[in-house]
Amino acid sequence: MLEFTIRRIAATIPVLIGIVFVIFSVLYLIPGDPALTIAGPRASQATVERIRTEMGLDQPFHIRFFTYIKKVASGDLGTSVLTGRPVLKSICEKLPYTLKLACVAMIISVVLGIVMGIISAVTKGKLIDRLCTILSVTGISIPVFLSGLVFLYIFAVKLRWFPASASSPIMLKNPLMAFLLPAFTLGIRSAAFLARIVRSSMIEVLNQDFIRTARAKGLSPWRILFRHGLFNALVPVITVIGLDLSSYLNGSVIVETIFDLPGIGRFAMDAILQRDYPIIQGVVLIGALIFIIVNLLMDLIYAWINPKIRDEMMGKSAA
Amino acid sequence: MNISPEKKQVLKKTALNRLTLAGKLSLLGIILVTIVAIFAPYISPHDPMETNPERRWADASGYPLGCDNLGQCILSRIIHGARLSLLIGFASRILALLIGLIVGLTAGYFGGWLDWALMRVVDMFLAFPSLLLSIAISMFMGSGLGTVIFAIAIVGWAEMARIIRSATLELRSAEYVVAAKTLGATDLRIMLTHILPNCMPIITVIFTMGMATAVLSEASLSFLGLGVDPSLPTWGGMVATGKDFMISNPSLVIYPGLCIAFLVIVFNVFGDELRDILDPSRKGNF
Repeated sequence: MLEFTIRRIAATIPVLIGIVFVIFSVLYLIPGDPALTIAGPRASQATVERIRTEMGLDQPFHIRFFTYIKKVASGDLGTSVLTGRPVLKSICEKLPYTLKLACVAMIISVVLGIVMGIISAVTKGKLIDRLCTILSVTGISIPVFLSGLVFLYIFAVKLRWFPASASSPIMLKNPLMAFLLPAFTLGIRSAAFLARIVRSSMIEVLNQDFIRTARAKGLSPWRILFRHGLFNALVPVITVIGLDLSSYLNGSVIVETIFDLPGIGRFAMDAILQRDYPIIQGVVLIGALIFIIVNLLMDLIYAWINPKIRDEMMGKSAA
Repeated sequence: MNISPEKKQVLKKTALNRLTLAGKLSLLGIILVTIVAIFAPYISPHDPMETNPERRWADASGYPLGCDNLGQCILSRIIHGARLSLLIGFASRILALLIGLIVGLTAGYFGGWLDWALMRVVDMFLAFPSLLLSIAISMFMGSGLGTVIFAIAIVGWAEMARIIRSATLELRSAEYVVAAKTLGATDLRIMLTHILPNCMPIITVIFTMGMATAVLSEASLSFLGLGVDPSLPTWGGMVATGKDFMISNPSLVIYPGLCIAFLVIVFNVFGDELRDILDPSRKGNF
């Protein structure tokens, strides 16, 4: 396990450096002079030159890249072009909103997805299974912005259960309410995805010999289903939950725009519209970093639960 | 592998016959949208770009789904929107497939450090938050058809490369590949004439499934105003315009929204069916 852990962590380091390299290169290649943008249109040539030297923009590519890596490693993601605030500080302020949103969405998705998946697997081939399949395919296919707008229309405009904007005063008093509708929008999408995985994984497990043995022993159907079936079926689900995290980050860009939540997705979107490059750079970097760390953890948990997989992964990476 | 045309016909026939009802219906749906897209100028009742302030919101006769805030015919815009959705989805998938093929075949066939390095690049692209990356790219490159296609392809190729690589890895040690090598065939020849044709089933599956994702990405970009020119009729763009008038006129959001959902559903269902037929080992997962 230790060797696996070390190998797995070692494999992420080049990926991390590569990500920083890509993000840096994209920004390096954008047309336009950052020094000119910062100095403003009326600045003199000398001022622009001074800013350029201060920021190290006159240095060659590789030197600027290593300076950038050093800065990133020490937690300095630069400052916003427009407001001059440190990017990392802004991200730390906005991130909790998105994390809360993702957590509520994840709870909704895991509960709904597992329940639907089990019902589907147990009633395999019957009408209920078909209905669940139709529901989950629809859930996966409906764009987040459509379901978000439809929920907003039904629950906020027609039924008036929730205010339309998540940052309205009532919402601030009851923060859970604010997250419920957007989290539901995000959650049902991954619930639909999860239901499919749980269904196929459960069907596979229920066909195994040890389930037949458990039945032959005369154990109660519920005990077989949950203790023997679900427990084993959930193993592949762990990886899916990890991969889902990136869908939350993607979804948060749209959901936070629709529901007016001040999270990281909205922050990135605003920065993009205002062409505030350091912020975009920072958000993409943090997003990728979170994704890598979570998937690393998921892989480790996965390998820890299932040693068979661990050997397979080791064999693969050695090949 | 050389299959005679007659045999091919039989294979195709059985593949079509093995589709379930849902699969056949979804194939029908894809064909329907494609026909609508190809013949859009002939089917649509009006010019999708023609504005008329007098017709705003009007339910005038000859405008089956009414008009939008600029007096443009909604039905005509939806019909023309199918063109852009399919075109962008298809083109971005082709581009992603090309990159994925080159990377996947090379990594799987040669193995060793090249495989290791290429797979780390793939990991990297899988780690980026895909929508944010697409948004950032369309931002940097300026709006336009080519930009959107590129922005969607750049986040889609990595998954393709990974799947093609693992298929290649399995085929590399097949007897006919070893035989071809012994006969002195070049690496390129083996890759293109022996490995690639045998990867086709899995490529067909991931291509179809990816169409669903590509259509969704295009719609999301258009919804955020970062797709092609916003005045052009795209389904995502129509939802974005409609959302400002949703309270008084929800149909502006519903119609184009349902079109996106429909197209994504048919590609998902059809891809799922194809996978069950062509690649039974992965049955049941998306």
